Parts: sequence; structure tokens; C-alpha cells
Amino acid sequence: MKAINKMKITFPSRSSNESLARSVIAAFVTQLDPAVDELIDIRTAVSEAVTNCIIHAYPDKIGEITITARLYSTGRVVIKISDKGCGIDDVEKAMEPLYTTGGEERSGLGFSVMQSFTDKLRVVSREGKGTVVTLEKYITLKQRQAKQS
Amino acid sequence: MGVNIESSPDGLIARLSGEIDHHSARQIREKIDAEIEKTRPKKLLMDFEQVLFMDSSGVGLIMGRYKLMQIYGGKMKIIGASERVKKVISLAGIERLGIFCENTGVSR
Ligand SMILES: Nc1ncnc2c1ncn2[C@@H]1O[C@H](COP(=O)(O)OP(=O)(O)OP(=O)(O)O)[C@@H](O)[C@H]1O
Ligand SMILES: [Mg+2]
Repeated sequence: MKAINKMKITFPSRSSNESLARSVIAAFVTQLDPAVDELIDIRTAVSEAVTNCIIHAYPDKIGEITITARLYSTGRVVIKISDKGCGIDDVEKAMEPLYTTGGEERSGLGFSVMQSFTDKLRVVSREGKGTVVTLEKYITLKQRQAKQS
Repeated sequence: MGVNIESSPDGLIARLSGEIDHHSARQIREKIDAEIEKTRPKKLLMDFEQVLFMDSSGVGLIMGRYKLMQIYGGKMKIIGASERVKKVISLAGIERLGIFCENTGVSR
């Protein structure tokens, strides 16, 4: 199926861009007229993925983070957050609740949040090459206004 | 924006506001910790009433302050958490720590 709209943004891994990423994804998904809670779920999940790129993928340098997003007329939203950072050697372990390599101030809950706030989470990573996190969420369509316009 | 800290005979009240993420949590943490080190309160009350957004960085902020208060033999409580904030915190399974306070006033 063809996407009814798509977008792509790339920005440096500065922590001030966490709120930028949330604002951009919210503005984009708003086109599907999501419920308030659905929008917060997406904002939160994207915030987690972007924060992980900033903290973990590029621990001591500024690198590029790219977000691509697609909207479908069925209400499906697909968001990819990618970095070219250090990668994750054991993705399964990294996704376990409370697992963290981030020290005292991290709770190891980012992937748990992404998992419980979206309908599908996929993580592909290669050590030294980077990580791609794909989030999918189905927005409940109100009437049938999400047609192509 | 961020955090406003009040000192009362009862302890410290940290009123958080705005969006809590990894970026904003750093400053909030530094301000609260500086006050804790300075006044060594018996109690720290973290008020989430004015918080508009929070991700897992907020859970790290809560747990970090909880541990710090424990080191000094004090208590930490959370008030004013919205359903959304609680949804994130509940993933940590920390309800058993008994840090939630339902009443919004400063409990004695
Ligand atoms: N983009 C990434 N690049 C490299 N490592 C990552 C990336 N994302 C996650 N990780 C690894 O996976 C672990 C778990 O991530 P998760 O987001 O669940 O927890 P956290 O970031 O450590 O803590 P929290 O999100 O609660 O602040 C991280 O500690 C890190 O080791
Ligand atoms: Mg994380």
C-alpha cells in the first residue's frame, strides 16, 4: 500500500533536539487526527528512541540522527529512527526491561516504553555501524477523513 | 520551566514543570541534588502536577533522588502525578517502594 504522506528529517545528536523530534513527529501524525493519548504514546516512544541515539549511539561525539515517517490511509503510522553510531551487540538483551549500560541516572526502560506505547517495535543493529528502530502504531480513524487530499 | 524548590520545616518540595526528558532532567537533577546536599532534608516531595510530558528519563530522575534520600536516611514521595506520568513510572514496577502520595497537599 502506498503511503498518503511521508517525511524525513536529519538532525545532530544534541540533547536539545529531543523536544524538536517530539514536536516534528506530533505535527506530522496530527494529519491522521489521532486521539490525545495516541499522540502522547507516539511522542513518548520517539523521545525514547532519539534519546538512545544521543546517549548510547554517540556517547562522546555529535552524530546524525534520521527520522523517517509514513502515514497510511488505514491509520497505520510507521516511524524509523536511525543512527550511525556504535550499534548494539546483543539486541535481545538490550531490550530486556531494566537492562542498561547507562549508569545511575538511567532506568533501562526506554525499550519497554517503546514496546508498550506502540503496536510494533523492531530493532536492527550492527556493531560499529549503527541502529535502526522501527515503531508502528495504528491510529483509530474517526469517520473516514484520513483520505488523500 | 524545570524545577522550583521550596524549603519547609517538613523538608524539600520540588515542583517540576514542563517536559521532562534527558535534556531537561540534567538541570532538574543538579538543582535538586544541590539542595539535598545543602539542607539534608528528612523528606523530599516531588510534585509532578505541572509536568506536561515525561519519558523514561523521568523515571531515572525519580529513582536517582530516591536513592540519594536513602543514603541520607530521608524519605521521598511523589505527588500530583497524572495518569500519563504514572503510566511511564508503572513500567519500572516501583509501586512497592511506596513513593506515591495521592493527596496533593504537603502531608505531615
Ligand atoms: N541507538 C542505540 N545505540 C547503541 N546502544 C543502544 C541504542 N539504544 C539502546 N542501546 C542500548 O540498549 C540499552 C537499553 O536501552 P533502553 O532505552 O531500554 O534503556 P536506557 O537508555 O539504558 O535507560 P532509559 O531509557 O530508561 O533512560 C542501553 O543502555 C544501551 O546499552
Ligand atoms: Mg533509553
